[in-house]
Amino acid sequence: MEYEPIIGLETHVQLKTKSKMWCGCANQYGADPNTQVCPVCLGMPGVLPVANEEALRLTVLTGYLLNCDLPRHARFDRKNYFYPDVAKNYQITQLALPSTLNGHVDFELNGRTERVRLTRAHLEEDVGKSFHFDRQSGVDFNRGGVPLLEIVTEPDITSADMAYAYLNALKDILTYAGISDCDMEKGMVRCDVNISVRPKGTQELGAKVEIKNMNSFSGVRRAVLYEVPRQIEALKNGETIVQETRRWDDIAGITESMRTKEDAHDYRYFPDPDLMPFEPSEAWFEEVRQGVVELPLARKHRFVEQYQLPEGDAEVFVNDVPLGDYFEQVAGKAKQPKAIANWVINNLRAKLVESESTLEDLKFEPASLLELVQLVESGKISSKIAQTVFGEMFDSGKAPGAIVEEKGLVQVSDTGAIEQFCDQAIEANPGPADDYRNGKEAALNFLKGQVMKLSRGKANPALVGEMLQKKLKG
Amino acid sequence: MDCFQTLASLRQRLLDGEITSKEVVSGFLGRIESVDSDLNALIHLDKEGALKQAQTADEALASDPDARSKPLIGLPVVVKDNIAERGQPLTCASKILSNFVAPYDSTVVSKLKSAGAVLMGRANLDEFAMGSSTENSARAITRNPWDADHIPGGSSGGSAAAVSAGLCAAAIGSDTGGSIRQPASFCGCVGLKPSYGRVSRFGLTAFASSLDQIGPLTRDVRDAATVLNVIAGHDERDSTSVPRETEDYTASLGQDIKGLKVGLPKEYFIEGLDPAVKVSIDGAVSQFQQLGAEIVEVSLPHTEYAIATYYIICTAEASANLARFDGIRYGARVDGKDPVELYAKTRGAGFGSEVKRRIILGTYVLSSGYYDAYYLRAQKVRTLIRQDFQNAFDQVDLLLTPTVAAPAFKVGEKSTDPLQMYLTDIFTISANLVGNCGLSLPCGFSQNPKLPIGLQLMGRPFEEANLLKAAYAYEQSTDWHKAFPS
Repeated sequence: MEYEPIIGLETHVQLKTKSKMWCGCANQYGADPNTQVCPVCLGMPGVLPVANEEALRLTVLTGYLLNCDLPRHARFDRKNYFYPDVAKNYQITQLALPSTLNGHVDFELNGRTERVRLTRAHLEEDVGKSFHFDRQSGVDFNRGGVPLLEIVTEPDITSADMAYAYLNALKDILTYAGISDCDMEKGMVRCDVNISVRPKGTQELGAKVEIKNMNSFSGVRRAVLYEVPRQIEALKNGETIVQETRRWDDIAGITESMRTKEDAHDYRYFPDPDLMPFEPSEAWFEEVRQGVVELPLARKHRFVEQYQLPEGDAEVFVNDVPLGDYFEQVAGKAKQPKAIANWVINNLRAKLVESESTLEDLKFEPASLLELVQLVESGKISSKIAQTVFGEMFDSGKAPGAIVEEKGLVQVSDTGAIEQFCDQAIEANPGPADDYRNGKEAALNFLKGQVMKLSRGKANPALVGEMLQKKLKG
Repeated sequence: MDCFQTLASLRQRLLDGEITSKEVVSGFLGRIESVDSDLNALIHLDKEGALKQAQTADEALASDPDARSKPLIGLPVVVKDNIAERGQPLTCASKILSNFVAPYDSTVVSKLKSAGAVLMGRANLDEFAMGSSTENSARAITRNPWDADHIPGGSSGGSAAAVSAGLCAAAIGSDTGGSIRQPASFCGCVGLKPSYGRVSRFGLTAFASSLDQIGPLTRDVRDAATVLNVIAGHDERDSTSVPRETEDYTASLGQDIKGLKVGLPKEYFIEGLDPAVKVSIDGAVSQFQQLGAEIVEVSLPHTEYAIATYYIICTAEASANLARFDGIRYGARVDGKDPVELYAKTRGAGFGSEVKRRIILGTYVLSSGYYDAYYLRAQKVRTLIRQDFQNAFDQVDLLLTPTVAAPAFKVGEKSTDPLQMYLTDIFTISANLVGNCGLSLPCGFSQNPKLPIGLQLMGRPFEEANLLKAAYAYEQSTDWHKAFPS
């Protein structure tokens, strides 16, 4: 019998806010333990949470970007469980009435566009971090109370690669919109995977196994690659899969049982009476919607279609948003956007790197780039000269036309002048001239080079080639 | 110095230069030293701090013209020991916080400080405000100043006893199911539970977050209005505080109450009312009629479910609110071989039996499989009770009831029967479930022993001004508030 895996992901993402979810402490990674804490995030007696509106804004913005429904009435609940890293011994989360519901993420996998549906993306608070020493343990509460978004998928994922691609797409979207830095090494993204398998062609879901403790996207992929065959093998051997939570051991590359359904927590959720339901105005939602950015995949498709760019170029402009925006500013008016793309990607980007500057430091006007391309297209300067002009333009900010005039770089298309250069070159290089006459085609390029040298690069290369041919082979 | 003066009278003497704050504070400190070792109203006395604050107040009164406008300048106030006051113990009368010192000021305490009050000490309570007698305090049982064999009520029993016994000019308490009004009634003072959201809860150690409210205990109605003026108002640090303008609650005092409609909820005038209480309340009703009020019978049909509803909601919330006392970050700790054992030992040793009982109850009603039958159902009944009150307040301006069915009971009389203890709250808990304001003020005495009897008035949410106006009119037409324990 053939089996197929059914996979769902629960991804926790730290939101990029200045302060924590319920208090004014900094939301910043890397400070000394317990230096970014206050009575509120330490769960002192008498303190109360006040919701961070920026976190709620980022949550709703995520909802817009992930195509979610955005309920006009959201609420916070208490999830009760004792653990030393939970200061209040309950976590404030959105169980019953989350801020977003029913979305989806589209992404490319093996040349096809795939869709994973989302159950919800809800807002909660992060917990502290436990440290274990020789004979004692400690908790750092700097992370306690950092706003955390939990993004839950439907069981739409069918392979390890698809899980991996989904996570990367999700990360791109969230970093794109400034919702999270998604730095895995700093623990800003954490992921649990739910896996079940079933005979191909059947509809009923098998027992769900939750896998925890993957600390990278590739860890998720490896865990799925391990767990799916393990479950299939077990079923083939006549065993039953039980609902359980398993821990991924990254070094051993295996999953091992943590707890079964019987010892599952009863979290005793109930509405947090310290917080009012969140019912912002339509105007607030509209304001949040203004922050919606074009998603990476959509942007890529648009660049390919609108500017007839190859996918590679479009991807550069997706990965470097300011560069892409700059390109659009110029390319909108260009007859051949591809030529602009070449300049922006090959020349401008290199120059920026070389000079350690950014687009904001640019001295020349965007229109200058357009002008430069037109100078080349009209034959006024050669593309080689154009490189020089660009360098000058980048350094001084002068318009390319002015640079060409000033330095006398106009391409020579006057046949009389070109003929003179050709005669000089043939005369000075009788050997190569003979070679060409005897059928050695490469010799022509050498002579062409000599003519260009004599003209200091200004001769129209096409005319030079024609003229030399005519003179040598008549 | 006469320790049984009102805030208003002390303030006048301070402003007139007849007396200094230092003399006032010393007077109260002297009285505390002579009577509180028997009374146990205070858990902690900050003698040195109080004298220092008094000196600061005297200096300000002498040199700073703005100081005179501070409503509580130089006046000693005692705060219930579940409300954070920076640098002072915050024990909640629990072993688990026996050595805990508050690292911050509650909003109410900062407002009292800004108003110039001298914070003298911390008042006793039932552990974590759970109880009706202060018998659940891990420190000591506070005695009723009128008769030491009797309890002062609770949970703000220390605050009520301190006011009643002349240990301070005013006290701050908290009221979750009657914890200000019931002890005020038992000790013969005025106790006001403001509308839910009128006073910030920031810094009040949460017992039941949707029911808790801080309020004043004072010698008379005017003083209650004065203290409410200081502590009321929206607070950004408490999301449940209401962004609604406050008013000058003393402004309407003295206005007549002719034509005021006063409702008597028939479900509150049931059998089992102590005869002395019945006589006193009947007297109060006649007095209101004499003052021109119109007395109307109203019905609050869901009253019989209030106690059950209340004990489901308050214990559910408490079970989560008290989870933070685990010995990990602060407070008393009993070590264990792993976190679970540490929790069990710490909480086992740190909490008293009533607190444990409520945590267990609350945990149960929130448990999977029981949530719908208990917690969710209780919330629905709460809505019905709220509708009862809305309907009643459509017909009348105020509700008049006994605060408690009987005068203060004896120490030990009910401590072995939790249910009997819970039933003493029957007239007060609805105001917490509904969120409206309520006040208890003296309306009589029982004989042999002579113990105070309280009258409860309840007003519409955020109509404290109206409530205080009516209470003041009644008070000024009677002499009950002028009697002091010997």
